[in-house]
Amino acid sequence: MALSREQMAQRVARELQDGFYVNLGIGIPTLVANYVPDGIDVMLQSENGLLGMGAFPTEETIDADMINAGKQTVTARVGASIFSSAESFAMIRGGHVDLTVLGAFEVDVEGNIASWMIPGKLVKGMGGAMDLVAGADNIIVTMTHASKDGESKLLSRCSLPLTGAGCIKKVLTDLAYLEIENGAFILRETAPGVSIEEIVAKTAGKLIVPDDVVEMTF
Amino acid sequence: MAGLDKRVATYEEALAGLTDNMTVLAGGFGLCGIPENLIAHIKRMGVKGLTVVSNNCGVDGFGLGILLEDRQIRKMIASYVGENKLFEEQLLNGQLEVELTPQGTLAEKMRAGGAGIPAFYTATGYGTPVAEGKETRQFNGRNVILEEAITGDFAIVKGWKADHFGNVVYRHTAQNFNPVAATAGKITVVEVEEIVEPGVLLPTEIHTPGIYVDRVILGTFEKRIEQRTVRKA
Repeated sequence: MALSREQMAQRVARELQDGFYVNLGIGIPTLVANYVPDGIDVMLQSENGLLGMGAFPTEETIDADMINAGKQTVTARVGASIFSSAESFAMIRGGHVDLTVLGAFEVDVEGNIASWMIPGKLVKGMGGAMDLVAGADNIIVTMTHASKDGESKLLSRCSLPLTGAGCIKKVLTDLAYLEIENGAFILRETAPGVSIEEIVAKTAGKLIVPDDVVEMTF
Repeated sequence: MAGLDKRVATYEEALAGLTDNMTVLAGGFGLCGIPENLIAHIKRMGVKGLTVVSNNCGVDGFGLGILLEDRQIRKMIASYVGENKLFEEQLLNGQLEVELTPQGTLAEKMRAGGAGIPAFYTATGYGTPVAEGKETRQFNGRNVILEEAITGDFAIVKGWKADHFGNVVYRHTAQNFNPVAATAGKITVVEVEEIVEPGVLLPTEIHTPGIYVDRVILGTFEKRIEQRTVRKA
């Protein structure tokens, strides 16, 4: 079975380490915050200028001046700090964020990522995505492995305009966890019940299947 | 408004000198921390051909979105503009020019502009459509592009509190782009929720020192929420 959105978030959350500063993109990445393992403390960075994003507010505590990068009303946790957007992107661009999780339309064997622009469709903008992928060393891309028509999104070469070049090393899809090394995807883990054959069939870019591929458990 | 006292009493005074075809830097992220009354007054003034630099362009009927209604904006420099239909319409029929700029690069362009740095290299956007036509270099094996600073004829800024001297503090994440916009305007106008007596704001807590600020005006704010998300108490 392909992973659910919640399972994808759960799997990403296993990469969290105590003391990490983490930036979570919109969509599945946001759900990762719900699965922070017990006993570890992480600080969530929101690129509009908040380090230490807390839970959503209650009706009584909602505050128009307290939002995250998705423009949702949020709270600040104990230990949080608030700063300008220039300071926020200094943290991101300067490589101070330990883990960045974001979605994508396509990734390729060179670590390129396309996530913001589909030619012919209206372009809304890249927001902070280009800064995030250029600045972070440790990025996990969460995405579906193939389109609804079965077209692979893990390619030899991204077909869409890029968000960043050569910056992606880890990809979690609904079918597998893979790493990108030396011009190839390396299959590390399969979703429970998903065959290696299916992953091979749905990966257009060069795929290496080592002997020690493990099946994820939840 | 005299000497170091930056206070003005009316929005007419606050935006005096703003004319057609000027560049206006606006603070705010989404609808959070936007100078909503200054924007509304720009609409009343009817100036046209503006280049507006802001992370977003408001929504239909609120924030910078209202400057689209009479086609006052010629060019928008922003990182994300997906929230208004009118914007989409004017973009598609060629009435509006858009320069999409990565969010961090946009903030740094204004920071650099205010700090007297004409351009900077960044890895952000290398190998993407953003890099087209820009100088590239390599530092320590890393590919980067040259991005030019931005300054404005006017900066319009939303603060929380200010004093006579134009020292400003921002409230929570309504800070966002406001401090960088404040540094990069030839004339910087700050509207605030409260003007306090000199000495009330501690020197250590000032976010924007008064040297960057030309005019301060007291406003009242709607503070519209774009994505209302709550948990159960």
